[in-house]
Amino acid sequence: MNNRETSHNVKERKEIFKTSSGIEIKQFYTHSDSEQFLTEDSSAPGEFPYTRGIQPAMYRSRYWTMRQYAGFATAEESNRRYKYLLEQGQTGLSIAFDLPTQIGYDSDHPLAEGEVGKVGVAVDSLEDMETLLAGLPLDQVSISMTINSPAPILLAMYIAVAKKQGIPLTEISGTIQNDILKEYIARGTYIFPIAESMRLITDIFQYCSENVPKWNTISVSGYHIREAGANAVQEIAFTLANGIAYVEAAIASGLDVDDFAPRLSFFFNAHNDLFEEVAKFRAARRMWAMIMRDRFHAKNPKSLMLRFHTQTAGCTLTAQQPENNVVRVAMQALAAVLGGTQSLHTNSRDEALALPSEEAARIALRTQQILAYESGITETVDPLAGSYYIESLTDEIEAKAMQYIENIDDMGGAQKAIEKNYMQNEIQDSAYQYQIEIERKDRIVVGVNQFQMEEQAAGGLTYVDPEVETKQKQRLAFLKNRRDAGKVTKTLEALRTASGTNENLMPYMIDAVESYATIGEICSVLREEFGEYKQSVSL
Amino acid sequence: MDRPIRVVIAKLGLDGHDRGAKVIARALRDAGMEVIYTGLRQTPENVVEIAIQEDADCIGLSSLSGAHNHLFPKVTRILRERQAEDILVFGGGVIPEMDIPMLLDSGIAAIFTPGTTTESVIRFIKESCKR
Repeated sequence: MNNRETSHNVKERKEIFKTSSGIEIKQFYTHSDSEQFLTEDSSAPGEFPYTRGIQPAMYRSRYWTMRQYAGFATAEESNRRYKYLLEQGQTGLSIAFDLPTQIGYDSDHPLAEGEVGKVGVAVDSLEDMETLLAGLPLDQVSISMTINSPAPILLAMYIAVAKKQGIPLTEISGTIQNDILKEYIARGTYIFPIAESMRLITDIFQYCSENVPKWNTISVSGYHIREAGANAVQEIAFTLANGIAYVEAAIASGLDVDDFAPRLSFFFNAHNDLFEEVAKFRAARRMWAMIMRDRFHAKNPKSLMLRFHTQTAGCTLTAQQPENNVVRVAMQALAAVLGGTQSLHTNSRDEALALPSEEAARIALRTQQILAYESGITETVDPLAGSYYIESLTDEIEAKAMQYIENIDDMGGAQKAIEKNYMQNEIQDSAYQYQIEIERKDRIVVGVNQFQMEEQAAGGLTYVDPEVETKQKQRLAFLKNRRDAGKVTKTLEALRTASGTNENLMPYMIDAVESYATIGEICSVLREEFGEYKQSVSL
Repeated sequence: MDRPIRVVIAKLGLDGHDRGAKVIARALRDAGMEVIYTGLRQTPENVVEIAIQEDADCIGLSSLSGAHNHLFPKVTRILRERQAEDILVFGGGVIPEMDIPMLLDSGIAAIFTPGTTTESVIRFIKESCKR
C-alpha cells in the first residue's frame, strides 16, 4: 500500500516533500520503512555501532557540557568574560581567537590591520596566553580552542602555562580544533600546503598520545562545511571523509590506530530540519563505528565511538526580527540534544548583526539550561529511536553519505578531492540552490521572505574598540624589547632545522613559545620552510 | 555593441566566510555579467589593482569579520588616488546599521546586509552601471 492510496485524494501543500538533503518525505511511515533498524541494528545505547549514543546512560548520568564559544579584544577582557561565563553556570570554555592569530600573523603585521581582537582574542605570545588563562583551574575546566593551522603553537602555549601552574601534563584535558582539511574546503584559515599541514597534525597525535593522554587532539568539523552551504548528508559525508584521511595519515606516520583514535572528536552543526538533524547525528555515529572497525581494524571500543560537539547553525539566523532567532536556536539545540551531543554551543540572537552581546550570550546559555533542567528530554536515552520516520531517515542519510565517501575514495581520498575542488564545488552548488529556493519562496524564512515588517535598527550591539589593536601592538613591542632575543633566535633556528627532518616538531614548538617567540615568528619560519597553500576557486 | 558589465567580487582582509561572496558572484554571472572572484585574503591595494587591470565597472566587497570600517573606505580612497573613482563600489556582510552612513560617506555606493536577495543586487548594479 503506498501513500497515494492512503491519502484519500486530499490535496497536499506541495507536490513533493523533501528534507534539506533532498530526501523525499512520505506522508507517513510504517515499520517497513525502518528495516535496518529492525533487522541489522538493534543495539542499545553504549553498544556498537553506537547509533543510540556512546554511553549507556547518556544525560541520565551527566548533562552535556555547555560550552559557549567566546573571546574578543584582549586576553585580559576575554579572561574576564570566561570567569563571568563560569559564574553563570557554563561548564566548559571555548576560546575564539582573532583572525591574525588563526592565520599565524602577529598583531603588528600589515595584514592584521583592522582584524585585531575582532572575531576573537588576539594572542601573539605565551605572555598573552598566560593572561588569557590566569586564574582558570586548568585541571578542572576543559578548554576548547578553535585553532587550526597554528594549533601546535597554541597547544605548546597551553602546555607551557600548565607547566608553570605546576599541573602535570597527564592531568590537562582540552581540545584543539586542528582540522586543516575543512579549512581548505570551507573555513579559510589555512596557511601551509596540505601535506605539511597533515604532518603537523600527526606530530600532535603522536606527541599527545605519549605526553598529554587526555587531550582531544582534533575536532573533525562539519560545522563550517554546513555553514558554507552543504546539506546534512554532505556535512557528515565530507566530515567523515576528512576523518578517514587523518586516520590514514596517522597510521602512515607509524602510529597504531588505538593509540590516537580514542582522542579524535567531531564537531557538527545543528540546523533547522529537526528530524533530519537528529537522524544525521545517529547516522554519523553508526558510520564512524563501522569505518573504524571494518576499515581500520580498531580494537579499543573508544576508538569506535564518535564523540561530538554541536553548535547551532549561525547561517540560519536572520538580521530581520532578530528576537525570532532565540526560537530558532532553541529548536536547533533540541535537535542536538535529541541527537546525543557531548557538548553544545547555542548561538546568540544578534549574530547576524554583530558580535554577541553579553545579554544575548546569556540567553543562549539559558536556552541550554532550560532544555537540560525543564524539558524532560534528558530523562531517557535517544527518545526518538524506533520512530519509523527517524529510523528510516537515519538509514537513508547513512546510505547517501556512504555514496559520497565512496566517490571521494575513488578520487584517492579527501586530500585529492580537495585538490580537485570536489567538496568545494558540491558545497557551492548547494549554497546557491538554497539561496534560489529562498528567492523563489520555495523555502520560507520567517521575517525575511514572508511575515516581514518595518523595523528599527537594533541597539545594544557589541563593538570592539579600535584602541584594542593599538594596545595589543604596544604590548607586543614591549615584549619584544624585554625578552632574551638570543634565546628566541636559537629556538626558532632549532625549529627550522627540525622542520626539514622527520622529527616531531612539538618539543621544538614548546621551546620556542617558552622563549617568548611569537606566533608570527614561528609561522614565518614554517612559511619559509613549508611554503603556503594557494587557493584555487572555480565558481 | 555593449559589452557585459564586469564585476570584481572581493573578499577583503583575513575573513574566510565566502559563502555569500560566491553566491553573489554566481548570481551576477547567471544574470549575464562578467564576474572576477578574487578569492580570500585580499588587501585594498590588491582589489583596486585587479579592478583596474580587468577594466571592471564595479567592485563588490565582502567582510563578515568586523573589519569593514577599516578596509572598505581604504578601497574607495585608493581608487581616488589612482583616478579610478568611476568604478562603482558596493559592499556586503555582517555590517551593523550604525556603520552604514560612514561607509556611504566614504564613497561606497550601497551596503547589502544579511537577507538581501541576489535579485536586488543585480537590479542595483544594472541601474548604477548604465553605460
